[in-house]
Amino acid sequence: MPVDVNDKNFEEKVLRSANTVIVDFWAEWCTPCKKIEPILEKLEKKYAGKLTVARMNVEENPRTPASYGVRSIPCLIIFHQGQPRDTLIGLQPPSSIEKALRRFL
Amino acid sequence: MREVDMAIIGGGPAGLTAGLYGARATLKTVVLEKQAPGGQILLTDLIENYPGFPGGINPEELSKRMKAQVEEFGGEVIIDEIDGIEKEGNLWRVTGWENEYLAKAVIVATGSEPKKLNVPGEREFTGRGVSYCATCDGPFFKGQPMAVVGGGDSAVSEAIYLTKYASKVYLIHRRDKLRAEGIWQKRAFENPKIEFIWDTVVKEIRGDKKVRELLLENVKTGKMSKLPVEAIFIFIGMNPNVDLVKDIVELAPSGRIKVNMKMETSAPGIFAAGDVIEIAYEQVSVAVGTGAIAAMTAVEYINKNFG
Repeated sequence: MPVDVNDKNFEEKVLRSANTVIVDFWAEWCTPCKKIEPILEKLEKKYAGKLTVARMNVEENPRTPASYGVRSIPCLIIFHQGQPRDTLIGLQPPSSIEKALRRFL
Repeated sequence: MREVDMAIIGGGPAGLTAGLYGARATLKTVVLEKQAPGGQILLTDLIENYPGFPGGINPEELSKRMKAQVEEFGGEVIIDEIDGIEKEGNLWRVTGWENEYLAKAVIVATGSEPKKLNVPGEREFTGRGVSYCATCDGPFFKGQPMAVVGGGDSAVSEAIYLTKYASKVYLIHRRDKLRAEGIWQKRAFENPKIEFIWDTVVKEIRGDKKVRELLLENVKTGKMSKLPVEAIFIFIGMNPNVDLVKDIVELAPSGRIKVNMKMETSAPGIFAAGDVIEIAYEQVSVAVGTGAIAAMTAVEYINKNFG
């Protein structure tokens, strides 16, 4: 299951994670964001142990999205060894997300 | 590999309706959706012109209900992204990201996606002020001036939606009148936050880390001007998603799939429905109607050829 992260635990859960982490920036108001969830859950199962799926609510957590320039959701940012490596904006098909992730898995 | 009777590609209103009819015909029916069921309707905040829901219905709720109705009769809605269709004897092999399906009939309901303006700055600032989804991104620009480009239902209704957040919404349209439904036009003209910029096209989107201004051209006078905005929402029509089938079925001059009144394409066993077919009206009610027709024709086809 995706882990919910916030401004406070972002560093611990994402930046210092041993896994590659894909962060799904979302908000209650964003219906398309909900379309990404089932895909991420499938990918998490497929790459269990190597990939962590994290979700951040941009309404409740203003700091982290702002520091990564998130001004459009759905937005997926892939973190690997503490650094943002790739950003996917807008609705994405499973193959594009997997392709972007593969380089780090 | 899975053997099915009817494989429906796309889980928007057309595909889900086809799934409902396939399932009710007691055929083994799968609806293959690359994201989550709902399709384009999920980009809007409220659907007011789908009959039976006075006061409007939330698109997420409508999608859930449509999916539940497919499943109620034994149809399956599967998250899979299809990237190939090939003939195999009298069947069609449908290849996906996760699985392969061998189907007696295929219904293509792949819908459409927003057209781009194709001007400098558009790609660069996508996600940093350039958006194709008002409900997704409007709240990021609270209290700021925004622009909307287009003159159809989406442009006008989303401009009205954005006035909830914007200090001002400039509606930029290349003609001098709107194409949107009358009710949308009336609401837009009455909205004090919307300013219309007629006969005008966007030539360039400029900014630094994010969008700062638009370069505009009046198409009648040729005069150029600058408009300071923090966000630009683009609703200038849709492109059909035909890549999957463009070498298998005949397309109409518009680039959409050519179908007859029974939603048959030029390829036997392949039917099409929804925004991807040659119909000028991109409406949920139309998608649903064509989805039903496509499925009923596919049932006839299966009974005749495999019965």
